Amino acid sequence: MVTNATSFSRSGLTDWLVQRLSAVVLGAYMLCILGSFVVHPDMDYEQWRALFAADSMRIFSLLSLAALCAHAWIGMWTVGTDYLTSLQFGKGATSIRLAYQAICILLIAVYLIWGIRIFWGT
Amino acid sequence: MLVPYPEAHDSNIGKRIVKDTRPVNLDLTSVKFPLPAITSILHRISGVAIFFGVAVLLYLLQLSLASEAGFEQVQEYFTNPLVKLVVWLLLCGLLYHLIAGVKHLIMDFGIGETKAGAKTGAIVTIALSVVAFAVAGVWIW
Ligand code: HEM
Repeated sequence: MVTNATSFSRSGLTDWLVQRLSAVVLGAYMLCILGSFVVHPDMDYEQWRALFAADSMRIFSLLSLAALCAHAWIGMWTVGTDYLTSLQFGKGATSIRLAYQAICILLIAVYLIWGIRIFWGT
Repeated sequence: MLVPYPEAHDSNIGKRIVKDTRPVNLDLTSVKFPLPAITSILHRISGVAIFFGVAVLLYLLQLSLASEAGFEQVQEYFTNPLVKLVVWLLLCGLLYHLIAGVKHLIMDFGIGETKAGAKTGAIVTIALSVVAFAVAGVWIW
């Protein structure tokens, strides 16, 4: 079996599954937020704050944040390994891909820490 | 086709792996790009775009939740046409990725995995997306 040092779970099959499970969580979260806009089109600050302060919503938000991090990593990894290869870049491809992956993981780490602050820190 | 392990190509560096007698087609207008291929590449582009767009969303969310003044500041932002445009584009990316993603998941379950099914799925994806973009536009403006 082929394994890869930079993929999310080191297994293509597990990555595939995590990509799908995280997609479902993210989709549900998106519909939940959009739905809240439809149901309460004119939310004021208090209602908006209360929505995200509820424990159930905090858990859902953090779960979605985790899903986002995994989903984005697997997704961006897939895109990078499709286009940043020796086919396009010759010998330097591995360095280019690692640099790209480093930028992705950095941004994901920022999102994770920033998101935790927003959803649980206030 | 996705190439999950590009390292596999590394062994081919410097080697001629194709015959010189192969036909060359330089007429790019004759290359077919069927509808399912277009919906697929758009799903990829939207995925990458919203990955960066999340920064904007987190910023707006943080500001709007921080205080009453922050909330009003965000409302103030939304009076700016440029902000409206950016948020609308972002929303379109999210909606498209969601709709095409759900189609992708349905096909992963083995539903519609035929040439005809793929075309139907692509048409439905585009139709639903156009409607969603319009609704999002009306909502923002
Ligand atoms: C909101 C944050 C999201 C981000 C940043 C994101 C980003 C991405 C990226 C970059 C890819 C890789 C594209 C590719 O390989 O062609 C991807 C793939 C995918 N996304 Fe998302 N996505 C998000 C939400 C969603 C949602 C809500 C769904 C819902 C159904 C979804 C479903 C999928 C599926 C099924 C794939 C796999 C496509 C494939 O294997 O070709 N994503 N996503």
